[in-house]
Amino acid sequence: MGLISRGFTSKRDTTETKLPPGQYLTKDFPVLSAGPTPRVSLDTWAFSIANEAGESKQWDWKSFRALPSEEFTVDIHCVTRWSKFDTAWEGVSLDTLLQDVKTSAGFALAHSYGDYTTNVPLADLRDGKAWIVFKYAGKELAPEHGGPARLLIPHLYLWKSAKWVRGISLMTSDKPGFWESLGYNNYGDPWREQRYWGDV
Amino acid sequence: MAGTAVLGRRLSWLVGTVTEVHDETPAARTIVFDVPDWPGHVAGQHVDVRLTAPDGYSAVRSYSIANAPTANRVEITVVRIDDGEVSPYLTQTVAQGDQLELRGPIGGWFVWRPAQTEPVQLIAGGSGIVPLMAMIRTRALAQSNAPFRLLYSVRNPESVLYAAELRECSRDVSITFAYTRTVPDGWPTPPGRIDAAAVAAHTWPANAAPQCYVCGPTPFVESAADLLRAAGQEPGSIKTERFGPTGG
Amino acid sequence: MDRSAQTFLDGNAAAGELRDIFVLELSTATTQCASCGKIAAFAEARVYGMEPGLIARCSGCENPLMRVVKSSGRVWLDLRGLQFLEVPTSSV
Repeated sequence: MGLISRGFTSKRDTTETKLPPGQYLTKDFPVLSAGPTPRVSLDTWAFSIANEAGESKQWDWKSFRALPSEEFTVDIHCVTRWSKFDTAWEGVSLDTLLQDVKTSAGFALAHSYGDYTTNVPLADLRDGKAWIVFKYAGKELAPEHGGPARLLIPHLYLWKSAKWVRGISLMTSDKPGFWESLGYNNYGDPWREQRYWGDV
Repeated sequence: MAGTAVLGRRLSWLVGTVTEVHDETPAARTIVFDVPDWPGHVAGQHVDVRLTAPDGYSAVRSYSIANAPTANRVEITVVRIDDGEVSPYLTQTVAQGDQLELRGPIGGWFVWRPAQTEPVQLIAGGSGIVPLMAMIRTRALAQSNAPFRLLYSVRNPESVLYAAELRECSRDVSITFAYTRTVPDGWPTPPGRIDAAAVAAHTWPANAAPQCYVCGPTPFVESAADLLRAAGQEPGSIKTERFGPTGG
Repeated sequence: MDRSAQTFLDGNAAAGELRDIFVLELSTATTQCASCGKIAAFAEARVYGMEPGLIARCSGCENPLMRVVKSSGRVWLDLRGLQFLEVPTSSV
């Protein structure tokens, strides 16, 4: 540990009992970026799901927004140690999007506008656990938070919730994404504090 | 140990003792450190400051070094971000005699050395003045004759850092202020951002072949560097240093 | 797709973080992007991060030149985006 700085204390609230281990509570919504923020026009936006046979289903903005959507409130947890409670979203459940997709794949890789990717077991996208969200706190999702639409998987660390998502590939074998290929945990459960490689 | 000389030196945390603090503006404070093992620095370099709480929590921030290189002395100027974690501590709590950890000097690109003789164009946005002030001070200390111009974009007259010292050195360095929100009484132009007209009127023309240094928040630096390129400056002669949202 | 470029810092800004790993100062190093071939000072790279990781991207094509992830006790480094890195050393 470094030299103690007289009178310096953390402003971080780590006392809240609803927090996963090692997290602190924030009221802000910090923005972390791994690259330039893509500005995707709704005229050209598209989202697709491709199964392991390469067959894909695609939605443009109009057909995507015509799908039934849900409003829900969840806590989110970032691997950089902040957590934010009671965030309100609106989006389309992955159950809805996967409904007519024929697959026996076990794994999914989400792709974003830009070069970002992240992998999750397909089971973690099903059963009401994941959405493609387009509204936050009642407003259209801002580009810095992943708008027009982002993946949201609140039970995993937030790097799994790919911003500016444009597609999901379903795969029979796992493929590490942008961070998972460089030290970050392949699964990323905040309650088990799975931050880095080897955290179980 | 030839190998050691080639590989350089691993940077370690050094203990600096605060010898002086003074306010530059209501929101900005200069902190002067005495660092016994300081290896010396070049104008434009920065230093990391590490704060550690009693529970082991630590925060590191990078600051431009404000002073000309003199033995064992490191000065930084910190602008307070009210909801920040580090800048309120450095601008309100730190006092003479306190000891903090420093690591540096860091950076070798955005630097001015007294051996340079070409004209120099400095463009500062807000607290981006700090490393440029180190260049102005180094020029004076080294008794350099390199012709310097400074274009300093700042919110209002009250936010000008080093105001008295800049007035002093305006005999040697051509200084132009560009106020973005409020101008002093009787100022000839309304407040506004630096534009092509300001660049044409107050910076070296391209045929003077100046070395340009631009420092400030990222959008400011983007815009100023674009204006310099549009005015015909060689892209390779424009060095930039962007301040990020580092969490204060 | 229009790209905003308001969030990155210069290669300089990464220098302190990288001095934890490299004993050499990288901001004066010369890089060649393995993707577009642009040769530039590392200081001219566009740096994103530093959390959850540091990404230095080519100022020409935005391809990642270098990715760095740090945890307590370990650091991971991806240099696939660099064709070469030329680092000035002090003469012996």
